[in-house]
Amino acid sequence: MEELIEILTDLHPDVDFTTTEGLVDDRILDSLDIVSLISEIDDRFDVAIPAEEIIPENFNSAKAIYDLIRRLEDE
Amino acid sequence: MRQRNVLEYLEATVSRLPDKVAFADDECRMTFSQVFHDSRAIGSALASKGLTGEPIVVFMPKSPRAIAAFFGCVYGGDYYVPIDPEMPRFRIELIFENLKPKAVIVERSISDELSSYRHGGELLFFDELIRTPVDEPLLSGIRERQIDTDPIYIVFTSGSTGVPKGVVACHRSVIDYIEQLSEVLGFSEETRFANQSPLYFDACLKELYPTLKFGATTFLTPKQLFMFPVKLVEYLNEHRINTVCWVVSALTMISAFRTFDKVKPEYLRTVAFGSEVFPIKQFKRWREALPEATFTNLYGPTETTGMCCYYRVDRDFAPDEVIPVGRPFHNREILLLTKDNQPAAPGEVGEICVRGTALTLGYYHAFDRTDEVFVQNPLNDRYPELIYRTGDLGRLNERGELIFVSRKDHQIKHMGHRIELGEIEANVNLLPGVSMCCCLFNKEKDKIELFYVGEDSEAELLTALKDKLPRYMLPNRLTKLERLPLTANGKIDRMTLMRRVENQGNAE
Repeated sequence: MEELIEILTDLHPDVDFTTTEGLVDDRILDSLDIVSLISEIDDRFDVAIPAEEIIPENFNSAKAIYDLIRRLEDE
Repeated sequence: MRQRNVLEYLEATVSRLPDKVAFADDECRMTFSQVFHDSRAIGSALASKGLTGEPIVVFMPKSPRAIAAFFGCVYGGDYYVPIDPEMPRFRIELIFENLKPKAVIVERSISDELSSYRHGGELLFFDELIRTPVDEPLLSGIRERQIDTDPIYIVFTSGSTGVPKGVVACHRSVIDYIEQLSEVLGFSEETRFANQSPLYFDACLKELYPTLKFGATTFLTPKQLFMFPVKLVEYLNEHRINTVCWVVSALTMISAFRTFDKVKPEYLRTVAFGSEVFPIKQFKRWREALPEATFTNLYGPTETTGMCCYYRVDRDFAPDEVIPVGRPFHNREILLLTKDNQPAAPGEVGEICVRGTALTLGYYHAFDRTDEVFVQNPLNDRYPELIYRTGDLGRLNERGELIFVSRKDHQIKHMGHRIELGEIEANVNLLPGVSMCCCLFNKEKDKIELFYVGEDSEAELLTALKDKLPRYMLPNRLTKLERLPLTANGKIDRMTLMRRVENQGNAE
């Protein structure tokens, strides 16, 4: 989780990702962020996120992203 | 009789297809007759206030209503300047300063936001303007006097000094562009566009005016969808989109995540892209997914009205090849000029310069900056003839196709946007916590790198920059240094920093 927070904070140093929700709904993350986030996750966690998982629900909070990574790691 | 005014497109179509949807987003659909009515009401309102021949700011979120406001300005004999409230505050301030508009058309729901800017213009509410009775004699009087070199819009593009430049385009250059583009891409009444570009870039000309010309339909794709590839393709299918003119990064976002394994754009037959290099690996995935579709690479600077050259993909490319820029549209010529202003030999690199009707009028309120790049054709010593010097370097390949090579200065293309690294540096240097900086572009990784000296932490600096620069201009990586390396004559040593960027890449 810490590593993920670090990736997110690099994108937006002004956001506290440990508590913030609605990252997509409130337009904190934009398409550039999602693209770099997915490639960082691939690099650092070795998890390739398939297209059908790239949906708002999975990116709305750090926890949701983390759950997604864990779920894909198990598969 | 030859067309003199872009509005003739709308007028010819509205009588034929009054009830067809012209522009639509998730909230609003406007038919041609609504566009026709609203824009003429707006034009009547502007002209009755004595506002003719003026830049009119349209301060509205992207929507069919904003588009109607654009045409309304043209009916009033004015030229529209789109400002989207999503643009960064500092940039909007600079644009207002450059324009000093006499009037701003605003959507009522965001008028509070506008009132935080000092612009000195009269506030005109969109919903009131469209209730103005159409004044037929007033509008035909304006039309009677309009000529085809009158301006119709200003869009702002990155400037290396930190101040954006307003490019002024006229009826004639837009009509010329739309005619050539439509022929090359084969638009028709059946065309259904999904627009991606913001309305404050000239990229949206590709959808706006062909929609009027052919009675086609444009769907303004919600920006949020460009984050979610499967949903985006589902949107294309839901609206039976057959034509997209998008930046490469919007297309690669879909293919890179293997979206085609899950869902394909079923109706898409015309794909135009441009503004940056299309990685061949991604391009192949598109061609495999859509074997029936045509793919066309477009190239052109804002200063020559939209796009200027095209290449219809007609062969396969090796992974290390670059898709050519191709050849110019009819009625414009590309000159490749060497440093001493001679025509480049076949295969030799030269600066890409453009000649023809497509040239815009120049930069708004910036005669000096205009004169630097809109210059006398050096190959013509007989009579005045302007060319536009793009600052792009190119060469012809053995097939005679134009290939983009690089820039001669520090302008870059990143995520489809044209960016002056100098503009980023100028904005960073304005921050109190920074004493010196240098901005570089790591082309291989498509990342903007900023090196700086100062008190601010990386996080503080990035946060402060968000107020000043659009999202796509923010550096992807910031590095604070004790001091910047200097060359022998005291300039910032960009080469040394560039090597550092490249080495960092290797270390990772």
